Amino acid sequence: MNRLLTLTMVGAAVAMTASTTVQARDYDTVRFGVDVPYEPMEYRDADGELTGFDIDLGNALCEEIGIECEWIVQGWDGIIPGLQSRKYDAIMSSMTINDDRREQVLFSDPYITPPSAWFVPSDSEIEDVSEEGLEDFTIGVQRGTLQDNYATDMYGDVADINRYDTAEDLVLDMESERADIAFLDFPVGKATLIDNDDYDYQVIGDMITEPKEYFGDGFGIAFRKRDEALAEQFNEALETLRENGTYDEIYDKYFSM
Amino acid sequence: MQALIDWFTALLADNTIFNAQTLGYYGSGLVTTVQLVFLSLVIGLVMAVPLAIGRSSRRRWISLPIFLYTYVFRGTPLLIQLYLIYYGVVFFEGIQETWLWVFLEDPFVPALIAFTLNTAAYTTEIFRGAIKATPRGEIEAARAYGMSQRLMMRRIILPSAFRRALPAYGNEVIFMLHASAIASVVTIMDLTGAARFIYARYYAPFDAFLFVAAIYLCVTFAILYLFRYLEKRMLAHLKPVEQ
Repeated sequence: MNRLLTLTMVGAAVAMTASTTVQARDYDTVRFGVDVPYEPMEYRDADGELTGFDIDLGNALCEEIGIECEWIVQGWDGIIPGLQSRKYDAIMSSMTINDDRREQVLFSDPYITPPSAWFVPSDSEIEDVSEEGLEDFTIGVQRGTLQDNYATDMYGDVADINRYDTAEDLVLDMESERADIAFLDFPVGKATLIDNDDYDYQVIGDMITEPKEYFGDGFGIAFRKRDEALAEQFNEALETLRENGTYDEIYDKYFSM
Repeated sequence: MQALIDWFTALLADNTIFNAQTLGYYGSGLVTTVQLVFLSLVIGLVMAVPLAIGRSSRRRWISLPIFLYTYVFRGTPLLIQLYLIYYGVVFFEGIQETWLWVFLEDPFVPALIAFTLNTAAYTTEIFRGAIKATPRGEIEAARAYGMSQRLMMRRIILPSAFRRALPAYGNEVIFMLHASAIASVVTIMDLTGAARFIYARYYAPFDAFLFVAAIYLCVTFAILYLFRYLEKRMLAHLKPVEQ
């Protein structure tokens, strides 16, 4: 009886292994995992519709390839596990390409490379963002982002680091003076802090894109590792959109100052 | 000592997630969690005793406000209470300039306030139940001795109510430990905060959360053991007589 049970279990295990190594299928519909809000890359407009650079570009890419696009909202913490557990087929959510993530997913060519930047209130006493300049200040970052990793490693010994689930929580704590300086993706910081008339913030120091081991090569669409054909389709479509001007149109819509 | 360090280094050599830095995060997370839970339980307990006595009072103007307090704090999620206290206080204009801000600036104190008010509400109800369940005979006997209400409360009702409340209170302590896991939403690096940080950094949900679950289990075990010891000591008179 026991042996029979073991056999069944082994059989089930083999079947499961087989099904996960099955060859990539052709997609009629690609479901994208996306974490909102992350203005202006992905967020909900006044009507509650998903919009943003990633959404527009993703839809344009799908149209170019001739497949359907669906968007599935997923929290950032679980966005890679969600891809692996097939809740969706790709991630297009301002995900920076880097080596850590490459071990888990297959990236398309980078479709945009936004820098990170330091944001302070305009009346802040912070003068520079060197290690000495930020000593004993509180740095706000979004939990689990590259900015979090960079700030933790570079400033973790001299400054306090507050980690927030969303940029909105971070802004609220900057406004209430619990955090002194924010380290964010530049487009995100610009949209939430600079372009917002309620707040008075400025960028301090240079745009940060180095070192590459933290900031990677820009944002890419992440696929499951076996979906190489699908990634190739998106790379080709991206090339086409760059050439025919559609890409620039979408870019200007969200990033012109 | 050197041998111990060598053994530890060798143990950690083959994995990328559990290195000295991340174990340090778990360590300080454990300290934060224990501090937060312990402090809120102690303060909550001190608050709960007079509240429970007031709650069992026959005078409506005493018992009704306390009922409202326990109703609100037991009737809303702790997460919401934490958000309201942490983010809510900054909407009072000019609070940054008052002495209160020294305490409220740090996330620890708002979290401590939320946890304390929450656990005090539950503990009040636990004690009230125990006070209400005092056998009539004991009260009548105390009256027959001519004890005043105050003396009867101190000598008869409260001691036996504490004993009766002990098992239920032990549960509340464990619930509080587990409820403290939400502290990380207001940037506190407690145990769960450390686990979420390591999860996000290494994309390793199972390793990060299984490890932290094991730590919670150990702490829970210590609490269970403590309460079993207390029950054995204080409820000894209720045990069946050994043959």
